[in-house]
Amino acid sequence: MAELQTNEGGGKKKKGGSKQKKVHVHVDFTPMVDMNMLLITFFMLCTSLSKPQTMEIVMPTNKDTEVKNKSAVKNSEAITVLITGGDSIFYYEGKPIFTDYKSLKTTSYDPTTGLRGYLLRRNSIAVAKIKELKKKKLDLKISEKDYTKQVSEIKGEDGTPTVIIKATDQATYKNLVDVLDEMSICRIGKYVIDKYTSSDNFLVKNLETKGTYQSNFASK
Amino acid sequence: MSKVKVARKSTLIDMTAMSDVTVLLLTFFMLTSTFVKKEPVTVKTPGSVQEIKIPETNILQILIDPKGKVFMSLDKQADMINSLESVGKEYGITFTAEEFQKFKLQKTFGVDIKIMKQFLALKPEVQDAELQKYGIPTDSLDNQFKAWVKNARTSNGKDLIIAIKADQQTPYKVIKSVMNSLQDLSENRYNLITSLKVESTAKKE
Repeated sequence: MAELQTNEGGGKKKKGGSKQKKVHVHVDFTPMVDMNMLLITFFMLCTSLSKPQTMEIVMPTNKDTEVKNKSAVKNSEAITVLITGGDSIFYYEGKPIFTDYKSLKTTSYDPTTGLRGYLLRRNSIAVAKIKELKKKKLDLKISEKDYTKQVSEIKGEDGTPTVIIKATDQATYKNLVDVLDEMSICRIGKYVIDKYTSSDNFLVKNLETKGTYQSNFASK
Repeated sequence: MSKVKVARKSTLIDMTAMSDVTVLLLTFFMLTSTFVKKEPVTVKTPGSVQEIKIPETNILQILIDPKGKVFMSLDKQADMINSLESVGKEYGITFTAEEFQKFKLQKTFGVDIKIMKQFLALKPEVQDAELQKYGIPTDSLDNQFKAWVKNARTSNGKDLIIAIKADQQTPYKVIKSVMNSLQDLSENRYNLITSLKVESTAKKE
């Protein structure tokens, strides 16, 4: 659809009598634009713009030699979270007390009243420190590098809780990710995913039956 | 009353500038785009507040569907060929050059190594539909999953990142067995792929 406009005649003859004609080229770009738009639409629809997020986790090794290196967790710092089927979640502090069914507490995934509220309370010192640090970073008082370094230091300090996460076979992957998410929200630096044992099962059953399970167990 | 003279104007619009813009946009999209990967099963990843993005290359992605079927994908074709060869060797199966070529083109793989030959002989259109029915065996008796991970690691070396992409509803039992297999191979660092969670009630510090 290119147009060639030639102005013939009318013009005064130039000096020297050169016979060059003035050619006016006009190309219609409309089809080109149409095609480009189509291609853009195609690319826009086919691309995944939002890259998925990732959660990095480090698991302990299975090797026997490294079992000895396992650090014992202080009783006052340990929190065990039990994830069971049907989106229920329990926790207990320190060592399990089998004789007292109330030692196991029911909680939820609710952001304010659930596990998060509890963990934030337990980890309040570290959370407050990191909050202060973040403010400093926003005011450009410390660099990004120092910030990450200091955050990991605060997370690893003595007195911060260690969370042991145990999930049953009935729990879903979402439950696990949710709990791991709470760990990062509540700035908990030390957490581990462990196996759900029969003693944990006992605790849950005991709570569900309000202690009768335990008395039945003892009478047997 | 004087007549209003309507000036005769040409309606030709110069599209050159428009064309410039579209070409620029097109170039941008072509350069930045990463195509949506075709996956045999639809997986809805759970949301999290994590902000770390997953790197694009050197990934061994483990895809777990809600029923617990396990599929894998590697982004380098050379690794795929090497892994297939060495996994085949472990199970006493040798593949032909043609089969390697076919395997190379798979986006995601996940069939029992014993029926891999029959599977690769199928037409590509049929393969997609068939793949959904299978999955890599992960049970303790015949843990081919372990073999795949081990050989992918030896083929690619240290830089390979293992990423687990599982559905929200996947039972923890399957995740546990996958994690245990990885643990047995001393693969202690890996990623869990999540999508962004929009939290309105979250107390942001």
